[in-house]
Amino acid sequence: MVGFFFSQVQGLDPLTSDEVLVAQNVFFGLIALVMILAALKMVTTENIVHAALYLVIVLAGAAGMFILLGAEFVAVTQILVYIGAIIVLFLFGIMLTKGSFGTEEGEQRERNRMAILLGVLIVAVTSGSFIDSFRDAELNRQAPSTTADIGDTIFGQFIIPFEAISVLLLAALIGSVVVARRDQ
Amino acid sequence: MLLNQFLILSAVLFSIGVYGVVTRRNGVMVLMSIELILNSVNINLVAFAAFREAIPGEVFALFVIAVAAAEVGVGLAMVLLLYRNRRNIDLARIDSMKG
Repeated sequence: MVGFFFSQVQGLDPLTSDEVLVAQNVFFGLIALVMILAALKMVTTENIVHAALYLVIVLAGAAGMFILLGAEFVAVTQILVYIGAIIVLFLFGIMLTKGSFGTEEGEQRERNRMAILLGVLIVAVTSGSFIDSFRDAELNRQAPSTTADIGDTIFGQFIIPFEAISVLLLAALIGSVVVARRDQ
Repeated sequence: MLLNQFLILSAVLFSIGVYGVVTRRNGVMVLMSIELILNSVNINLVAFAAFREAIPGEVFALFVIAVAAAEVGVGLAMVLLLYRNRRNIDLARIDSMKG
């Protein structure tokens, strides 16, 4: 699909499928590197506002991954809902609860070491099982999924989960208003 | 592209999110790390949807996005309530239900 955009540039020959694969892998590597670095900065930075902005980078990178995988609708929804709404909610939460934080203690450093160990273990176990199960399984989706297909699936096969999600959103809306209301 | 490169990327993001949940003491930071975890799950779902050329994976990614939105709403309301009652959101100091 990246190759499709490249082939639209005038004066360039349409890319062969090998070149498309190389372009896709280059884009994957770039986006993955940026996402991992931003995620690491997000969980380690002391400034919470900066952490929210690093989270924006990670979420935008995930949207790029969805486009690479041929899921445009999910990518657009990711940008609209996550970057448009959830990050704004987080920024409001940060502004309303600022201040009053202690310094790092010895106990905290001990916990950090254990958490690094835990994270490395999770990566090792899951990556090992992935590599064992899907050794060199190729992704070779030719045509990206259309939004019409997704709509058909949601409102056909998954109509009951869809209704359940809408009730869940209503419950969360009412619940958060009740929890955060000032006068009881 | 290999399926594994997406799966391993999402495993790395997941473990970074777990690290954030375990180490950070700020309630808002813990919620943001949970968003990171849910996002890595979404990458997995869409990767398998592309691998099997099936739409339901993408539909479930959309459902996960909706559940994440609901979770952030309720979670931030709870953090605001904590802040209003105790004037800080340090999770290490919230121990009134400790046995």
